[in-house]
Amino acid sequence: MSRRGGNSKSVWRQKIMSSSNREKGREKGAKLSALVWREFKRNRVAIAGLYVVCFLLGIALFADFLANDKPYYLRYQGKSYFPILRGYMVQLGLARLPPELLNVEYKTLDNQAAVFPPIPYRPSNVNLTASYAPPSGKHWLGTDKLGRDVMAGIIHGSRISLSIGFVAVGISLMIGVILGALAGFFGGWIDLVTSRLFELMLAIPTFFLLITIAAVFPPSIFLTMVIIGLTGWVGIARFARNEFLKLRSLDYVTAALALGVSSRQIMFRHILPNAMAPVMVSVVLGVAGAILLESGLSFLGIGVPADTVTWGSILNEARSNTFAWWLAVFPGFAIFITVLAYYLVGEGLRDALDPRLRGLR
Amino acid sequence: MGSYLLRRFLLLIPTFIGVTIISFLIMRLAPGDPAELRAGGGLRGAGEAGISTEKRGAVDEAVVQWRAQYGLDKALPVQYAVWIKNLFTLKFGESYKDNQPVFDKIRERLPVTVKLNVLSLFLVYIVAVPLGIYSATHSYSLGDQTTTLFAFVLFALPVVWLGTMAIVFLCGGDYYFLFPPGGLTSIDYAPEWPLWQKLKDQIWHLFLPVLMLSYAGFAGLSRYMRSGMLEQLRQDFVQTARAKGLPESVVIYKHVLRNSLIPMVTILAGILPGLVGGSVIVETIFSIPGLGQLGYEAVLARDFPVVMALFTVSALLTLVGILLSDLLLAVVDPRIAFGRRQ
Repeated sequence: MSRRGGNSKSVWRQKIMSSSNREKGREKGAKLSALVWREFKRNRVAIAGLYVVCFLLGIALFADFLANDKPYYLRYQGKSYFPILRGYMVQLGLARLPPELLNVEYKTLDNQAAVFPPIPYRPSNVNLTASYAPPSGKHWLGTDKLGRDVMAGIIHGSRISLSIGFVAVGISLMIGVILGALAGFFGGWIDLVTSRLFELMLAIPTFFLLITIAAVFPPSIFLTMVIIGLTGWVGIARFARNEFLKLRSLDYVTAALALGVSSRQIMFRHILPNAMAPVMVSVVLGVAGAILLESGLSFLGIGVPADTVTWGSILNEARSNTFAWWLAVFPGFAIFITVLAYYLVGEGLRDALDPRLRGLR
Repeated sequence: MGSYLLRRFLLLIPTFIGVTIISFLIMRLAPGDPAELRAGGGLRGAGEAGISTEKRGAVDEAVVQWRAQYGLDKALPVQYAVWIKNLFTLKFGESYKDNQPVFDKIRERLPVTVKLNVLSLFLVYIVAVPLGIYSATHSYSLGDQTTTLFAFVLFALPVVWLGTMAIVFLCGGDYYFLFPPGGLTSIDYAPEWPLWQKLKDQIWHLFLPVLMLSYAGFAGLSRYMRSGMLEQLRQDFVQTARAKGLPESVVIYKHVLRNSLIPMVTILAGILPGLVGGSVIVETIFSIPGLGQLGYEAVLARDFPVVMALFTVSALLTLVGILLSDLLLAVVDPRIAFGRRQ
């Protein structure tokens, strides 16, 4: 580990040294991550994007504490309870719900004291008397046809969007980089075969494939992640291939070959770090794309189970009920902000990772 | 050049076979065989319990007949061969839904989708290339940063959101009525209208759908153009060109631009299937009777002959697009046609 770290670091440092002599003195001893972070920090827009990404991750992580029909703290029949935390324990199998709290409606409970989350609803709470309620103090962003709180739906929907984005792109990145590296580095028949594979994947109408598979199999979030991941790697692979093809004819690769370094080492230690910058662009496009794809799928009512509230499924309701403008404005804005934030962070990262850009600003 | 094109064309054949195999497998993966599915439309499934015994006997008989008619009683490779043969003679079979020939359905709707996509592709390149050139030549200026931010915003705007917002706020409803809420032409559209009126009506109807198909492309493509140009601007030959006293416009438009157009052409191949996929959502939102809407409805109704045919046809269209972009690539970069790995 230490040898590997030291090696790639020195490669990076060399590149930085040669590209900008200005900063020669200050580079001594600095780690790559520190260098990238320092470059990244200069980009105020990217930093703003990073704040939004962290904020959204926080919302997804603490969704249960932000929007929940259970109280944080409850005093009932002389005893104290922490129903949300207890709920987690129950899910993990560590505890049981006290019998007096089984199947109770916390809001109508004759309690002595209760502290509820800011949005005291879950997205699954149906209230037919509050159907299509416009935004108000009670329902901040209004309700849908079944009287489900839109704010709660958006908060819990962020979990689905973010996890689908991450998992799908993780799958795509792994497949894409490995295939792209093999094709670009070795060329010849390997390139020929993998290029046919790229072409096949490109020629397949991905969206049709997605909706067809989703229609054939029972709806599931996991399946949606896997299909988006398995169909989305071509962009990454093509960029990786083109980079490897370009870089493999450079002198430092020839030198490494002459020194007898193994192909695997050249590919992943010497070429990959230099090829990553353009690949990062397509990874970022991929996260944005996966979230957009998911919203499109659930907008069409395909892929995720029908009772799951997602950003796309709320939007879909607005299409047939044009008077309920809040169903159109808010969930779409959530998708937009999420995709924008990831995009800005990724672009900032790309600039910070690319030593050739250093000193240009 | 000629041999390069021939080679590229021959290489598309295995790809096309791959697509047909995938398409065929999807059909096979579907639970139940097509004859059962066809019967399932009205008689099987939910209503099965209520069917009288003699009616059920009739359904079973029909299923056996259909199975023989579709060749489903034969081995898989034979079925595949028959399907391929039918494909080349343009026999896509009949829709389960209304027994109409699938070929007619597609022929009816293909022009609509092609029109939408060609218009949007034009719009994308016309807007994105100059935008990218401006951003790269004025890199890190206020103008570039504004364009960059604007491009990010456009790229991040989901079609489902913008489309729904347009329907809610701009197309009748409770707010403004600037554009029609759907369709391709007005209800009173007549062939005897003068040309300008027909054009006006069509543009009025196509404006929002084409815009929805294109705006993400403005952002994406102009970003690629910008980074491609910046990449080229850092090359040594640019310094040489400047050093020998060439005017900046020649350096930019002759030397740099040509080289940075190369990745733009590759991207064309990647955009094509996206446009077909994207038109599913756009056509659904704006109720446009194109291939996307046909596909969506077919998928929901599990109308597999239509789904398979559409899958294959759009894959074929995309392959043609890839071939086209390879051809263009060879034109803009002769090294590709002649260069081989040493």
